[in-house]
Amino acid sequence: MPTAEEIKQRIETSIPGARAEVEDYTGGGDHFRATVVSPAFTGRSRIEQHKLVYAVFGDEIGGAIHALSLKTQADPETPLRGQASVGGGEQQRTAPATT
Amino acid sequence: MPDSESNPIRDAIAEAISEHDTILFMKGTPEAPACGFSARTVAMLQSLQAPFAAVDILPDPRIRQELSAISGWPTIPQLFVRGELVGGCDIVSEMYESGELADTLGIPEPESAPTTAPVASAPQPAGLTQIENRLG
Repeated sequence: MPTAEEIKQRIETSIPGARAEVEDYTGGGDHFRATVVSPAFTGRSRIEQHKLVYAVFGDEIGGAIHALSLKTQADPETPLRGQASVGGGEQQRTAPATT
Repeated sequence: MPDSESNPIRDAIAEAISEHDTILFMKGTPEAPACGFSARTVAMLQSLQAPFAAVDILPDPRIRQELSAISGWPTIPQLFVRGELVGGCDIVSEMYESGELADTLGIPEPESAPTTAPVASAPQPAGLTQIENRLG
């Protein structure tokens, strides 16, 4: 059963220049939420960025790791991937509400 | 001798993806989602009143296996629009909150669209199609 710290370290050692914040959001060791920033994401679509992170864990996703919720970003200085100008670039987007 | 290249489940999934403009592979059904991520994704589509087809991947583990082989995406749900993988719950949530989802789906964004993803299910849209039995 991986810990949030292990997930963080594996992401950071596998993806060049990556910084990750990982939380175990159920406390059960199988549902994690990660925010990953890496220059390796530059020029890649969101799908490709997430695939890079999923690739770190291979078959563990859906196995030992039931869920790995992701937010990825190429550059820590750029709020949210520079996806056009929706919302005026405010950092207002938060993780969707959970119950 | 079995034909190793014949893969009816994979073919059925590929056909479903190509036949439906918007198709969601999920755990459970839109009426009874079996996972919070699937439930949230359904709720977002429904709140935009987007018609979508839905496939329950739970009845046969091979559906998920073959779907992930096609998409290169390991988790469920998976939303496809016009044959392209849009993403799972995280990406759909981000797109919902930025307004991109409505654009991608080709539907007008409601004036009063909430800025955060809904959590509860909404009434079922008329355009909903169930095709999971074809993949069983």
